[in-house]
Amino acid sequence: MSFLSALLDPGLPFVRNALLAGLLSSVLFGVLGSVVTVKRIAGLAGAISHAVLGGIGLALFLSAKGLVPGLPPIAGALVFAVLSAGLIGVVSLKAKQREDTVINAIWAVGMSVGVLFIAKTPGYADPMSYLFGNILLISGQDLVLMAVLSVLVVAGAVRFYPQIEAASFDEEFARTRGVPTNTVFLAILAVVAVSVVVLQTFVGIVMVIAMLTLPAGTAGFAARNLRGMMVLASLLSAVFSVGGLALSWETDLPSGAVVVVLSGAVFLGASGIRMLVTRTSRPKAERPDGK
Amino acid sequence: MSERDDRGETDSAPSHPLHGRPMAVLFDKVNFAYGSDAVLSEVSFHIHEGEFAALIGPNGSGKTTILRLLLGLATPSSGRIEVLGAPPHTALESLGYVPQNAAFDPAFPISVVEVVRMGRLRGGRGRYSPEDLRAADAALEQADVADLRDRPYSALSGGQRRRVLVARALAARPRLLVLDEPTANMDAESETRLFRALGELKGRATVLVVTHDTLFVSDLTDAVLCVGDRDGRPGSVVRHASVPVARGLAPGTFGGGARQVLHDTEIPPEDCCGKGE
Repeated sequence: MSFLSALLDPGLPFVRNALLAGLLSSVLFGVLGSVVTVKRIAGLAGAISHAVLGGIGLALFLSAKGLVPGLPPIAGALVFAVLSAGLIGVVSLKAKQREDTVINAIWAVGMSVGVLFIAKTPGYADPMSYLFGNILLISGQDLVLMAVLSVLVVAGAVRFYPQIEAASFDEEFARTRGVPTNTVFLAILAVVAVSVVVLQTFVGIVMVIAMLTLPAGTAGFAARNLRGMMVLASLLSAVFSVGGLALSWETDLPSGAVVVVLSGAVFLGASGIRMLVTRTSRPKAERPDGK
Repeated sequence: MSERDDRGETDSAPSHPLHGRPMAVLFDKVNFAYGSDAVLSEVSFHIHEGEFAALIGPNGSGKTTILRLLLGLATPSSGRIEVLGAPPHTALESLGYVPQNAAFDPAFPISVVEVVRMGRLRGGRGRYSPEDLRAADAALEQADVADLRDRPYSALSGGQRRRVLVARALAARPRLLVLDEPTANMDAESETRLFRALGELKGRATVLVVTHDTLFVSDLTDAVLCVGDRDGRPGSVVRHASVPVARGLAPGTFGGGARQVLHDTEIPPEDCCGKGE
């Protein structure tokens, strides 16, 4: 059955859910990914997304053991995401010299805690679904969450665009204009944390960070400003998501991985073209223009 | 105005051109330390509104700390700082700042006018107004970079970028413009254009140029403030006299003439105010 027929098949609602999830997540990947890229906090976002497995494992464990019956994995994920974002934020602002160590510790310890809880969870829990995504797991509730979050993130980006732009471009100058740059930074981390939790249902924990950086990185080559980068990254993300889903359906491969490989291939191609263009135009760029 | 100004009105010599003129910057017995290392000890100095001042001193003398305190980016351990008659953090709207560090991410997609527009930012206020955009365009003209308006910021030379940052500071229509090492790594053409723009600003706003060149300053300069260790006190600031030098004798162009700093001739603060600052 082709991807198009599967989409129209009333018996396969999960395919339509996956497509909707891909399109909705594109907005978050594009807007937040651009901010993460220009603020150069991809490492921080990576640590938050990986620490989320600890929360998922804990929730699965508590639920299966009957300690907190019916506790959804997303609740544990949310707690771990926000806690790790808070910790990373404070360390990043207060103890710059230890930033790398703490970020990597949160990254690794969060994942390990998740693996330990999942190992001790009675019954079967598949960590692979959480790590690499499983479109069969996308529920109507996930779609509503993604839609609400997308609206909030776009509204926030529009309202605070000057502050986000200035705090990312020149933090010290932004502070001299009265922008609370630390608050902006912590708010961005918090929004990234919540988004990572919602987005991991589509591409998985491991690949969320790829989708937060690859479409935005590709868009950065062509965009003239941050706003353009956000729009272009969202469009690219939508193309990669829908294209990746279709390709994974036709080739019977894991969808999350196909989406990321497709995004990575285009990013590498664009980087190569960019390098060639820069090399050939360099003499012109260095020519004195009398200014 | 501060009580110090009131004192100035009564105590200073009426003939001094700065007599009674309000303070743009006032440091009164300011102390600052990083941990147990004292950087500034009992620092007192002032700059009057409309003055073109140079804050000079070797690297590590405490210039950057004074600048950070002035901009409200750091808080003194003791002492009083006033910028345009108010505590530094409340004066930010009337202050334009041109940072020394021109380091930026070349992958950041942004045009020249968008960088300049940032000078119109005010705290958490929303999108830029048409008035903000007009002010940004006027600042581009003022800093002589209007022709670069729509160019990507990353495509500019170091000197052009510095002048764009001057335009960004001017976009706020500041009463006090602070420039940190404005001519570092700048080509002669950009330096000339920069000082021409500053010359047009002279008298309409207070200008403070921070530089590590302790021998010469631009001939626009009214007041030379030297930072350095003095009598075992780190980061002391005193006013020194300066004299014009013949063209070609000073390194750098300063966009016109230069003045030589006379480090052995101190100008006491009471010369213009009547009381020691």
